[in-house]
Amino acid sequence: MIRLDCPFCGTRDHAEFAYGGDGSVTYPPLDAPTGAWHDAVFLRDNPKGRVVETWHHLHGCRMWLRVERDTVTHEVFSVRPAHPGLAEALE
Amino acid sequence: MTRFSAWEVFRQGLRGQTGWSRQWRDPEPKARYDVVIVGGGLHGLATAFYLAENHGITNVAVLEKGWIGGGNGGRNTTIVRSNYAQPANRRFYEHSLRLWEDLSHELNYNVMFSQRSHIALQHSPGAMDRAARNYNLMRRTGTPDAEIWGLDRLRAEVPHLNYGPDARFPIVGAAVQTRAGTARHDAVAWGYARGADGRGVDILQNCEVTGVARDGDRITALETTRGRIEAGRVGFAVAGHTSQLWQMAGLGGLPIESHLLQAFVSEPLKPLLDQVVVFGVGGAHFYISQSDKGGMVFGGDLDWYKSFSQRGNLPIVHDVSEAAMSILPCLGRVKLLRHWGGVMDMSMDGSPFICRTPLRNLYLNAGWNYGGFKATPASGWWFADLIANERPDPMVADYTLDRFARGLQIDERGAGADAKLHG
Repeated sequence: MIRLDCPFCGTRDHAEFAYGGDGSVTYPPLDAPTGAWHDAVFLRDNPKGRVVETWHHLHGCRMWLRVERDTVTHEVFSVRPAHPGLAEALE
Repeated sequence: MTRFSAWEVFRQGLRGQTGWSRQWRDPEPKARYDVVIVGGGLHGLATAFYLAENHGITNVAVLEKGWIGGGNGGRNTTIVRSNYAQPANRRFYEHSLRLWEDLSHELNYNVMFSQRSHIALQHSPGAMDRAARNYNLMRRTGTPDAEIWGLDRLRAEVPHLNYGPDARFPIVGAAVQTRAGTARHDAVAWGYARGADGRGVDILQNCEVTGVARDGDRITALETTRGRIEAGRVGFAVAGHTSQLWQMAGLGGLPIESHLLQAFVSEPLKPLLDQVVVFGVGGAHFYISQSDKGGMVFGGDLDWYKSFSQRGNLPIVHDVSEAAMSILPCLGRVKLLRHWGGVMDMSMDGSPFICRTPLRNLYLNAGWNYGGFKATPASGWWFADLIANERPDPMVADYTLDRFARGLQIDERGAGADAKLHG
């Protein structure tokens, strides 16, 4: 069981959360060329090791979180609010 | 290599079983091969076999970082079926099923393919209608064994399912493919390895690729833990770690994420379940069959987050056990014997890749999601065809990487561009 330290609720089992996806993807502007959108929507680096992901605290505060995690050991390095403004306000 | 036959079994019986030879060699790597297949799983071994058998290309090496069949080849629930709806998948998986039907003879190795029926339970009149549509489609496109069973027929064939009217999702019927079934996964790896080796292919175990040497848009050699190996053509067949190899070749991102899928086997029981039964409704996803040793072999959903760990989490064990209890309550006192996790190449539309790549002599076989085991014979057959002829046959021409850019996804579930949803 992965345990995530939700900045709003405290440490909870991962079963309380819904996995979002790759948090390293930066979506291009709406008028960007199709190729840029193709890359953002479909292509993934899929690293073996340390990654940034989004998780949703679905059965808790329902906030989206930005989680740094290792995909081999499942060690969690950091959990922050996904919204940068909220992250700054908490720090 | 001794050919298996009834006469040979009899003869070896008289000689105290002392005359059997090794099933495949353990050769030292040569400096150069015409074709190097990276990945000694089921698909890589099948590819090497068909390169030799169908195309006469025998100066071939299969590189395996561990032992053959020790990855996802040994981490699956051994189900074989062809009940797909998208045209590209329809023809591909049906061809695969036809190859399965003759595979033991083809390989001279008993892969214990048992066409015991695949029964997908249905739980509402709407679901029955949808199943009838899909299975009619199968009957019209070359799969004559697609059937819809009502409750009476289902009760007669599988009497011990939970037919209680108070079940959360009462069973109302089933969609059945009678030529579907199971096979012995290790025998598939060993049979293909033996067949390939006997035709001259070198199977190099404990040989991990650590680097890819390029000259412009060609691969010249692979750096491995057993030395440098030059290659005329290279095929990647390393489901689970495709992204890592892809990046070693300097090619960037892929429409693939690696997720973990667990499977389970119980203690051996007397014969209980003659078919493959699949239960999928209301968020549950569960499939079960009984092995020839008696163990109940079953599985469910992905672990829901990216993982390369090859070990599963407990919430999924709980989830799968719940699904088991809801359709087969008689399993309540049965003990779990083993459970394991495999790393899946989850693609962005749930369908695989058998295609050319940006490099001229590199070919890709990847993105098998949950479907890799049943695809083995056709995957090897058409990947070998692609490598030998350097052009895709129409059979696999839709399994390309550029289908996303062209808006031609093969999204069997209609789940969208989210790898974890294509279970």
